[in-house]
Amino acid sequence: MTRRLSDERVTSLHGAGGELMDKLLAERILPKFRLRAAGPIGLDQLDDGAVVELPPGQVVVTTDNHVVKPYIFPGGDIGTLAVCGTVNDLAVMGARPVALTLGLILEEGFALSDLERILVSAALILSDLGVPLVAGDTKVMGRGELDGIAINTTGIGVAERVISDAGLQVGEVILVTGTVGDHGMALLAAREGFHLQTELRSDVAPLWPLLAPALAHGGITAMKDPTRGGLAAALNEMARKAHVGIEIREEEIPIRNESRALSDLLGISPLEVACEGRAVMAVAADHADAILSLLQAHPLGRDTRVIGKVILEYSGRVILDTGIGGRRFLEMPLGDPVPRIC
Amino acid sequence: MKREHREPSFQLRDPARARALADLLRRHAPPDPVRIVHVCGTHEMAIAQHGLRSLLPKEVEVLEGPGCPVCVTPTVDLDRAVKLAEGGAVVCTFGDMTRVPGTRVTLAEARAQGADVRVVLSASDAVDVARKNPGRDVVFFAVGFETTTPGTAAVLLDAPPPNFYVLASHKLIPPALEALMSVPPIRIAAFLAPGHVSTVIGAQAYRSVAERHHVPVVVAGFEPLDILYAIALVLRQLREGRAEVENAYPRAVDEQGNLRAQALLSQAFEPCDAVWRGIGTIPGSGMRIRDELGRWDAVQAFPIEAEEGEEKPTGCLCSEVLLARAVPTDCSLFRSSCTPLSPVGPCMVGSEGACNVWYRYGGRPNL
Repeated sequence: MTRRLSDERVTSLHGAGGELMDKLLAERILPKFRLRAAGPIGLDQLDDGAVVELPPGQVVVTTDNHVVKPYIFPGGDIGTLAVCGTVNDLAVMGARPVALTLGLILEEGFALSDLERILVSAALILSDLGVPLVAGDTKVMGRGELDGIAINTTGIGVAERVISDAGLQVGEVILVTGTVGDHGMALLAAREGFHLQTELRSDVAPLWPLLAPALAHGGITAMKDPTRGGLAAALNEMARKAHVGIEIREEEIPIRNESRALSDLLGISPLEVACEGRAVMAVAADHADAILSLLQAHPLGRDTRVIGKVILEYSGRVILDTGIGGRRFLEMPLGDPVPRIC
Repeated sequence: MKREHREPSFQLRDPARARALADLLRRHAPPDPVRIVHVCGTHEMAIAQHGLRSLLPKEVEVLEGPGCPVCVTPTVDLDRAVKLAEGGAVVCTFGDMTRVPGTRVTLAEARAQGADVRVVLSASDAVDVARKNPGRDVVFFAVGFETTTPGTAAVLLDAPPPNFYVLASHKLIPPALEALMSVPPIRIAAFLAPGHVSTVIGAQAYRSVAERHHVPVVVAGFEPLDILYAIALVLRQLREGRAEVENAYPRAVDEQGNLRAQALLSQAFEPCDAVWRGIGTIPGSGMRIRDELGRWDAVQAFPIEAEEGEEKPTGCLCSEVLLARAVPTDCSLFRSSCTPLSPVGPCMVGSEGACNVWYRYGGRPNL
């Protein structure tokens, strides 16, 4: 039997509706997702929209576009990232993810085997979380019009009590739920042109199972996932919005040795690159020990540390006590990090 | 509990030792203010990143001189690179160079308008680009001090492909130290010599400036303890009235330096006068490709007239910063109209430029 190009790679016909699209959906996309409805109309009905039945609580909605280079990286791929990114945005708002939509934009010529891998990654995470994929869409763009693949995910969640990123108050402590900068550093190392070999893997993971017990306990007053701009951006945003200062002790920040070494090599701080499976939070001082033990009890939160505290001085800014006893501002990072030259 | 971040390989960031050194520095604080100048972006990064200035006695000021190769690359060279790119050549260079304003545009802006400008990490990466694109002229826009120049020399001496060219804007450090000592009126009390450059040229390379200008020069490494230790040696020399070359980075630097790298340098290049952006011409501070290798010299291969550019935007203090006569916060543009995302002067562009480092690491040295 001869194999046609359209069996192996995305062609413009895939995006044009019609039979080829139906075949792609039926054979390659839909079966990957175990849970396909959160109400009477879901993915299988291929209707114009999905109907979602929500449990009681406040509804939180978030959307994210994902473009990542390389789209398959140590520790995950753009599928893992798209799902985690969105469910984590819900989780750090205090919301349990209830349903997800996924929009794919593919470049003509994209390998269907890569697409399959990416969808399996996305599906595995959703299935572990017990979250259905309720709606989706696929478009194809011409060769060169897109770098491989882009994914949009929208998540719906329900919170008993919403946690904003601005709720922190003087006297509270700051926690981070694991090593910082793994995702960004692993991707930098994996990027074409660096020729670096490292064991470093992305920390991409869904945070809800880790955060749910801590949220149920109470005492978390503000929370963010330190994605773009990393821990430095997350802390600065929290300090600015809440009009408080944050003082961080650098030596308490968990950072892998691989990240430190890469950071020294590339001149990029692990505090300024994305994490995709970590949360940074402010906790009322009298709940700090309890929250710390709850988080450390979960495999994802083993390396949780108290890294600093909320202070009255330096409103809107973050002060870093450097590991060797110096002090400086930890600034809001700028744009994409570019390695230095010598 | 596992504390990955306190492995022995990071001993040179040991807080207890750092505190002990800081105490020592405070006990030996000089009676009058002293200005110590380093000429290395990596030193500035380390000093800022670890908040070292907050550990120094108030009498001791450490400033970055012309330590950022991107910052001191003159507009005339940048304009040449832009013209080559606009003329159809593939121009390969280090990341920061693409964002430095020339007279009209940056290389990144030229790329946005269709020119082929690529970021590489080394001279040999640029040779790879030339090998993969045999039908096109590939120009490596080479900047950097004695640390990066041997890499350029090595590819020039290794029979690069015929479509490969080097636009050389390399600079030498010792003549820059000489030039800094000749600029009145602010007296530089001592230099911290750049560790990486010194691995190539050796500690001996600073002897003449130390003797001629009676100024202590201490070769320093890049870990916080390296830098604090080097400053301690400087203060001791000042206290004892000595002006010598001392090596505080012996685990990497020796007296003679890397003789093989030096041989490559002199086979491929000869010293020439060079323009430093913001400073002007420094005699004998440049590296010209030797005539025997002129076939790969972009300046000889593509004779283009580069217009004399406007070197200094109004209000910009970069030249004072590069001469170690001002710190970034002295400049009225710093943080207001001049930021890393829209830099006015070169010191805000290069990630090792003093203004850029101060912006990213707190802007205020003492807290």
